[in-house]
Amino acid sequence: MLSRREFFHLAAAAAALPATALNFRSAMAKQKIMQQDLLQFDTKGQVTLVHFTDMHAQLVPIYFREPTVNLGVGEVKGLPPHITGKDFLGKYGIGPDTPQAYALTDQDFTALAKTYGKVGGVDRMATLIKAIRAERPDNTLVLDGGDTWQGSYTSLKSSGADMVAVQNALGLDAMTAHWEFTYGTDRVKELQEMLEFPFLCSNVRDTEWEEDVFEAISYFERGGIKVAVIGQAFPYTPIANPRYMMPNWSFGINEDNMKKRVADAQAAGADLIVLLSHNGFDVDRKLASRVDGIDVILTGHTHDALPAPVKVNNTLLIASGSHGKFVSRLDLQVDGKKVKDYSFRLIPVFSDVIEPDKEMTALVDKIRKPHEAEISRELGHTEDLLYRRGNFNGTFDDVICQALLQERDAEIAMSPGFRWGASLLPGQAITVDDVHHHTSITYPNVYRNEMTGEFLKVILEDVADNLFNTDPYYQQGGDMVRVGGMSYTIDINQKIGSRISNMTSLKDGKPIDPAKNYVVAGWASVNEGTEGPAAYDLVAQYIEREKVVKVPDNDTVKVIGA
Amino acid sequence: MTETQLTLSRRQALKGASAFALTLVAAGFLAPGAHADAAAVDAAIKKLVKGTPEEGKIKMDLPQIAENGNTVPVAFEVESPMSKDDYVKTVHLFAEGNPSPEVASFYFTPQSGMARASTRMRMAGTQNVVVVAEMSNGKVYMAKQQVKVTIGGCGG
Repeated sequence: MLSRREFFHLAAAAAALPATALNFRSAMAKQKIMQQDLLQFDTKGQVTLVHFTDMHAQLVPIYFREPTVNLGVGEVKGLPPHITGKDFLGKYGIGPDTPQAYALTDQDFTALAKTYGKVGGVDRMATLIKAIRAERPDNTLVLDGGDTWQGSYTSLKSSGADMVAVQNALGLDAMTAHWEFTYGTDRVKELQEMLEFPFLCSNVRDTEWEEDVFEAISYFERGGIKVAVIGQAFPYTPIANPRYMMPNWSFGINEDNMKKRVADAQAAGADLIVLLSHNGFDVDRKLASRVDGIDVILTGHTHDALPAPVKVNNTLLIASGSHGKFVSRLDLQVDGKKVKDYSFRLIPVFSDVIEPDKEMTALVDKIRKPHEAEISRELGHTEDLLYRRGNFNGTFDDVICQALLQERDAEIAMSPGFRWGASLLPGQAITVDDVHHHTSITYPNVYRNEMTGEFLKVILEDVADNLFNTDPYYQQGGDMVRVGGMSYTIDINQKIGSRISNMTSLKDGKPIDPAKNYVVAGWASVNEGTEGPAAYDLVAQYIEREKVVKVPDNDTVKVIGA
Repeated sequence: MTETQLTLSRRQALKGASAFALTLVAAGFLAPGAHADAAAVDAAIKKLVKGTPEEGKIKMDLPQIAENGNTVPVAFEVESPMSKDDYVKTVHLFAEGNPSPEVASFYFTPQSGMARASTRMRMAGTQNVVVVAEMSNGKVYMAKQQVKVTIGGCGG
């Protein structure tokens, strides 16, 4: 790939050319990298797996900044995906300022975003997928790892129907799920009926009859090979999300169940066994070390983007990022029911250099048009880079916490450590669409409650253990709950109950008193009947009032043991 | 028991007349406000079982994180030929966070065919669940797993 210096030479050359209808940034991006470069691939074997996951209903191109902090504990400390920034570039031999560096890290993000432009857009994804299918018509399987139906204004308003239309248009072969379930069991069943491909969840059981709710495995013939695709929904859906939305369905990792599914696939004569998973990367890494016979795990949930597979015993783990920013392609040579050779590419969906697929653009326009006036409504501007990813805080979360404190007149704010939500560059307008990218859920109410200092600590300890338990099977994914109005210290290597210390109120600089009551505003409570305004309305109202959003450096969380 | 019965679903089993019941003796005694701990479980094991438990033979099936602390599914299976000379006699279930550490005891005979059972437990907080199996030859096996009961929310 070209270095940034070479790129600027080319850009200068491009600038010398007669003006075209293309905007300048697009012209620069095109000089740097072409659609054909993105599709270039060392074609191999009988089967081509195309994977994307955690798209979070992002239909149009966005900016998306990868995390600065993504810590691993115990055995996975310092292993991918728990490396970021410069270390990531070093590990994978990626030069600074390259398109790859822009796509995969937080480094020099604002400047590189201006150079390389937005990412994703389902019409761009469609172009890539169609091109791969055209090259490998009898070999390709396109698999969606879930978290597709939630994350935008239009997906919320249509209760996921917009995304089902998009998925059918993409011609997917299978999907699994997580946030999909937050539309409730009835709606999930309704949408599943509308899908033209299987909704695979091997680990969702009816609690009354102990039966599978969905299909567990689908079989496909590709390139003369029998491929089994097993689906695994997010195991902790009824814990991380409201259980009342799926009261009669039980989930779980369930290793024994997975062993049984693999045995079933083997007994059915599968030559290649693929797990389409929403477990999260560390959970899948552990699962691969304990369940034999899975050839490929297409991981999801934790939003990691890795440019090379991670191999555990005989299993290849693929991590395809999130938000439509990447499409993965994995070609497999299968001989005697074993993967003998493979080639892989994590393809960044650079929006400015990929020709949008016309049919998909038309569908996206059709979905968004009725809401255009509202979603494009400008609420204000941001002076700083807004993003969400990071173990302890993100600047967009800082804005949400400020909104919670101010609009609900609270001393302390708590905002969930979701990993979804697009980034905004300094100077960009903030629209209703943008606010929904960070808040669009079916249980959005902002509560205002009194909590004791002791209970606040219990919450922080509980969430910290979901993130930093050394046994991945006890991790729920997501990041640390974001806190406004309070600072604290966290020692990630301690056990539950001992990680959090030095909780201090920012209002008066005094230590949080375990016995005292504090007024707390928060949203996304998993408790039924939570009352208060919707987070998206409250945050929109705050930004409208502020007009210009500024985010000071956040040093409220001191981290020990990283 | 035949192979067909083994593969019956719960729905089929209840609809049909082939359901069979294991002898289950609930042994929990309510003591509001108090709960057991690891030491109480050890003491209870010593009281109920002769010999020092070894690891192995027992497979526990219970969630790492409870979906609903009010009804946590707990199942176990003990590896055994279940023959006249070599079978699992008793399996005791303990919970460190229960008001009394003893939750249930399951009695088996060679005619049971297999030493397997499942039940549901109420758990107020994160705790270890312990399964102890007494074999006909006097050997004792033990397995332990933590079940987390969390506040929830914030995932993903």
